[in-house]
Amino acid sequence: MMEITQRGSHGDVLTLKDVHVQFHNRLVLQHIEFAIQPGEFVGLIGPNGAGKTTLLKVILGLLTPNRGSVTVDGLPVKHGNPLVGYVPQKIHLEPDTPLRARDLVALGLDGHRWGIPLPSRSRREKVDEVLRAVDALDFADAPVGRLSGGEQQRLLIAQALLTQPKLLLLDEPLSNLDIRSAHEVVRLVSSIAQNQGIAVLLVAHDMNPLLGVMDKIVYLAAGNAAIGTVDEVVQNEVLSRLYGYDVEVIRVRGRILVVGGNNEVSTDLLQPTQHLDSMGGATD
Amino acid sequence: MKKLLHVLFAPGFFTNASVGHAVLVGAVVAIISGVVGVFVVIRGQSYLGHALGDFGATGASATFLFGLATLWGFLGAGVISGAGSDVLGHGHRRRGRDVTTGVIHALVMGIGALLLYFDTTMTNVTGAPETILFGSIFVFDPSLVPVVVVLGVLTLLFLLILYRPLLLSSLDADLAKARGIPVRWVSFFFMCCMAMAVAQSSLVIGALLSTALLIGPAATAVRLTKRTSLAMVWSATIGIAATWLGILLAYDSYDWPPVGRGWPVSFFVTSLILLFYLVSRFRLRHPLTVARETQTESRRKEAIRHEYSVERHS
Repeated sequence: MMEITQRGSHGDVLTLKDVHVQFHNRLVLQHIEFAIQPGEFVGLIGPNGAGKTTLLKVILGLLTPNRGSVTVDGLPVKHGNPLVGYVPQKIHLEPDTPLRARDLVALGLDGHRWGIPLPSRSRREKVDEVLRAVDALDFADAPVGRLSGGEQQRLLIAQALLTQPKLLLLDEPLSNLDIRSAHEVVRLVSSIAQNQGIAVLLVAHDMNPLLGVMDKIVYLAAGNAAIGTVDEVVQNEVLSRLYGYDVEVIRVRGRILVVGGNNEVSTDLLQPTQHLDSMGGATD
Repeated sequence: MKKLLHVLFAPGFFTNASVGHAVLVGAVVAIISGVVGVFVVIRGQSYLGHALGDFGATGASATFLFGLATLWGFLGAGVISGAGSDVLGHGHRRRGRDVTTGVIHALVMGIGALLLYFDTTMTNVTGAPETILFGSIFVFDPSLVPVVVVLGVLTLLFLLILYRPLLLSSLDADLAKARGIPVRWVSFFFMCCMAMAVAQSSLVIGALLSTALLIGPAATAVRLTKRTSLAMVWSATIGIAATWLGILLAYDSYDWPPVGRGWPVSFFVTSLILLFYLVSRFRLRHPLTVARETQTESRRKEAIRHEYSVERHS
């Protein structure tokens, strides 16, 4: 773990210190250390199997690290923390699922409570407010299963905003979307971070759609992480140290490509087969 | 006029005590199955729902052997084997879950075959297989009527308590876990609700056809509304309609050939459920709804076109 930028320890929304996670004697995350401040838009970038999902589970309190500490707003993580809004990758719903968009969003407010929801004006107003925030009022009464991936993604963001979180975690929100919808989601999340002062940690395997909006990048490869601005982290030397062998960063037409040995090129990362295969099970 | 009424309601329908019990028990069972069924459909657990009926049949065969009320056999075996499937199937995705259910299903059915054989060879009671597999609502033990009503109300209350966490868990387990919902327990408790619903509907239309009352009305209801709560109301209503009409037709069928025997209720109930389902599949949508949907769609397309043209010109 390389600490590149200075960070203040006061007022951090999320702080990870020396986090290690081990599955069956295999180190999946090692010495992860970074902090996120209010209103910061941070991209958690890395190839498949780098440990992104594992790290997300640690922050959500669903997985206890073998070593190290994770705090949200100064307190140890626990699952069900209203200060953390979670946006899952995708929900799989049949078109005839009897659920309106606004019902899905309302579950973000009180879905964990027992019993049936009682309609009230304040409940409806809160739901309408977040629906407006993600520009989803037009399809608020449509059945969720019939909406597009981008529309569903906006609803998932809306439900995560209802508990008034200080930290918003998004798990690969762009991976199932077309370029246009992905662009819209990025713009939406960025404006939420700026206007509401909510810290955002967005997981993605491609950093390019986030280049203009990220305040910081956490690059994760082979269980190691580096944090800083894109210019600081996405460097030959830094990434080579993370991957454990030589990689080259190429900037072309405003896009960033990371190229590794064996002439393998990817938009963002390389697929070093021998390393990644051994990490494969980490995200399950 | 009176003649027509006699054709619709054969004499004695409103005064017969067995019919009265059947109407009450049938309604309770239809409500529970209908409400639970909506979640079974949302969660994609139709197969487990069907297997639970067969698990119950094995239990009922065992209680028959010992002269106990079959209700307890249906309930006990349903909950126990359902719990087994839930525990073994945990952590698997849908395919793995169905495979573990299938393995247990086969085993329990095998035991059921043996018990039914004993029922027919070792007891003096005739018609055990028919009663267990195809139901016996007209010979329902009156002393069990309050039991069914109380169990039904308890199941319904239990499900309403589970409602929100269950809905969220059914939509996305990870999201539910992140919200602090004990997804594992919610899934287990819902399985218990399913076992209760299936056990009770087995009494009315039999173990083999209990799936019909669990899945049919719910599958129809989700096509009629986009709200979960309304789907539950529709599903229960359709279930009651099918059950009551089925009871009426079965009662009337005493006069049909072969005269004096009566056709099985389960035949009428399942046929009516299928009929409702088909109507909902081919139902014409209200012209206003169609017009509104087309309008929204064209507005959306127009907006996209507009934005693209702005981008191109800038």
